[in-house]
Amino acid sequence: MNAAPAAASGLALELRDVRRSFGKTEIIRGASLQVKPGERVAIIGPNGAGKSTLFNLISGRFGATSGEIVLNGQSIDGLTPFEINRRGLSRSFQVSNLFTRLSVFENVRCAVLWSLGYRYAFWKFLADLRDANERADQVLEMIKLDRRRDVLAMNLTYAEQRALEIGITIAGGSSVILLDEPTAGMSKSETSRFVQLIREVTTGKTLLTVEHDMGVVFGLADKIAVLVYGEVIAFDVPEAVRGNPRVQEAYLGTALAQGH
Amino acid sequence: MAATRDADRYYQFRPYNVGRWIVWGGFALVLAVAPLVWTSGFAQTMLSQVGIGIIVCLAYNILLGQGGMLSFGHAVYSGLGSFLAIHTLNGASAGTWPLPVSLVPLVGGLGGLFFAALLGYVTTKKSGTTFAMITLGIGELVWSMSLMIPEFFGGEGGVSGNRVVGKGMLGITFGPQIQLYYLIAVYCFVCTVAMFALTRTPLGRMLNAVRDNPERVEFIGYSTQTVRYLAFMLSGFFAGIAGGLGALNFEIVTAEVVGAARSGAYLLFVFLGGATFFFGPIIGAVLMVIALVLLSELTKAWLLYLGLIFLVMVMYAPGGLASLIMMNLRVAAFGKLRRLWTAYLALGGAGLVALAGAAAMIEMLYHLQLNAALGPDMPFLGATLDTHSPDTWFGAVFVMLAGVGAFELARRVFAHDWGLVQEEIEKEIKRREVAI
Repeated sequence: MNAAPAAASGLALELRDVRRSFGKTEIIRGASLQVKPGERVAIIGPNGAGKSTLFNLISGRFGATSGEIVLNGQSIDGLTPFEINRRGLSRSFQVSNLFTRLSVFENVRCAVLWSLGYRYAFWKFLADLRDANERADQVLEMIKLDRRRDVLAMNLTYAEQRALEIGITIAGGSSVILLDEPTAGMSKSETSRFVQLIREVTTGKTLLTVEHDMGVVFGLADKIAVLVYGEVIAFDVPEAVRGNPRVQEAYLGTALAQGH
Repeated sequence: MAATRDADRYYQFRPYNVGRWIVWGGFALVLAVAPLVWTSGFAQTMLSQVGIGIIVCLAYNILLGQGGMLSFGHAVYSGLGSFLAIHTLNGASAGTWPLPVSLVPLVGGLGGLFFAALLGYVTTKKSGTTFAMITLGIGELVWSMSLMIPEFFGGEGGVSGNRVVGKGMLGITFGPQIQLYYLIAVYCFVCTVAMFALTRTPLGRMLNAVRDNPERVEFIGYSTQTVRYLAFMLSGFFAGIAGGLGALNFEIVTAEVVGAARSGAYLLFVFLGGATFFFGPIIGAVLMVIALVLLSELTKAWLLYLGLIFLVMVMYAPGGLASLIMMNLRVAAFGKLRRLWTAYLALGGAGLVALAGAAAMIEMLYHLQLNAALGPDMPFLGATLDTHSPDTWFGAVFVMLAGVGAFELARRVFAHDWGLVQEEIEKEIKRREVAI
């Protein structure tokens, strides 16, 4: 829906030597990354490596101090979050970020309105917007909340809120999806079901996800980017990352060896 | 087929949606019949003010209830609308502008819209506390301007006009109060429908989203600033219409219509009525007129009572009267209201006792301050109180404390019963869900 013309490079998302400082501390220290359309990338790294900061830079919550971020062939430097979203990138949050006093259905419908071109219309009734209503119900079925359609978001269970978080993120049809620890706080059985759900709703899309759970990482990702102290020290298919001596040394050796 | 059923569900605004027709028909009927029931001139004046109040309170609630914007300066837009309307009226009287009187309120609306577009651009750049502070600042700014530009604001005397222009059409000159009332009623009905319709549009819904979570709104493609700005302008438009009707109603506009007291009244009564439901401000508007017209006649200390009521509401019913009504309707719908009656009676009785004690003290204090020349005796609720005797004061304190104590006891019992009833309702809802 928001498919912008792909550039000659054919990349969905590219980070070129992105840096970001808070005061004197440089948190992101020259991160570079090239993600092709349709790729599923997991960003892993120890606590404080800057994973969430990197997501905030890509989604426009903060501006980068230097470097360039290119989305679907267009630079998104200095754009606001809503401008970046309109160019086809959507993100979820680590802590559920919902419209708490609106129903589940309304939450999702809000998220589809812009992409369907309704903008700030105050001369059209929501009830008459067939495409928006159908799209919202379709998303509710995808995230399996159709039976909870009219419940207020604040009255959902934790796992349901996480699902709605994903639903709002994908509803607008963005081609690049950023998920910030989508399974945080979930039980093991919930997590495996949720990974399946994420796979389904992001089919055909470019996916970046920050994740701590190695099971989720290997279940979801085509490629893994390892972020350590604000730098991408490795970016490759899981097998290659696992064997990478730099990665093992820096952070992952033990976790990977134990995990798989 | 499932698809057609789904489609039906979306089309809520249908001609044969009976419930909605009953509600709106009832509203129109009340507006039409009210002056036939209360026929005195005084009642007509009050009803006219209620109609104006409903528009302005609903307009204010676009900001407070729908958009989560706490404005301390909304009288600026209704007030400037009033001034533009009265100048237009005078222009029409002088024959400068051939505009029918019935359209003068629209000029007020456009004035409100214009100033909301101008000043709101700055105001809505920020949200939360900063927004509230800017509205306060702009309110003060316009208030001080009103003293500096007497040509427009009319100085201390204000600007007066005459709403009877020429011969009128079909004998309707809007001279008699009843004719003006029906003009106000028509505007009130149309504006209420329009503002309700707004809550059913993409902008209206995104305004709710901005209220709930402005951060997330930015990540689904919307600029929170634009949403707030558009809502602010629409609110200014309706407030301006109310201001224009006010100018026709009073035929004089003084600087106090843009003042902080007026803005504060909007906030206070919309809150009392209930900002979380669309119809809450309508209750608030009725209360506003009752308080400003009747209560102020009844006692000099009316502002103090108003403050007390506001305090109690903020503490015990932050959702206002509308949410109290809706919560009790829910309990009634599950057939459990009977179990709360005794607790309500106890609460009401204790509250009245506490109020009587407090009122006795307040009135005695005012009597001593303002009516000392009339002697120490003061009539109060059919009795005569000696304001110089310590016994009376002790008595009043005792009555009040007894009332407060009883209220607190009743409140605890009530809170317990209420909790039980709510639990049962939740269980019932769960049970029904499973049954489906």
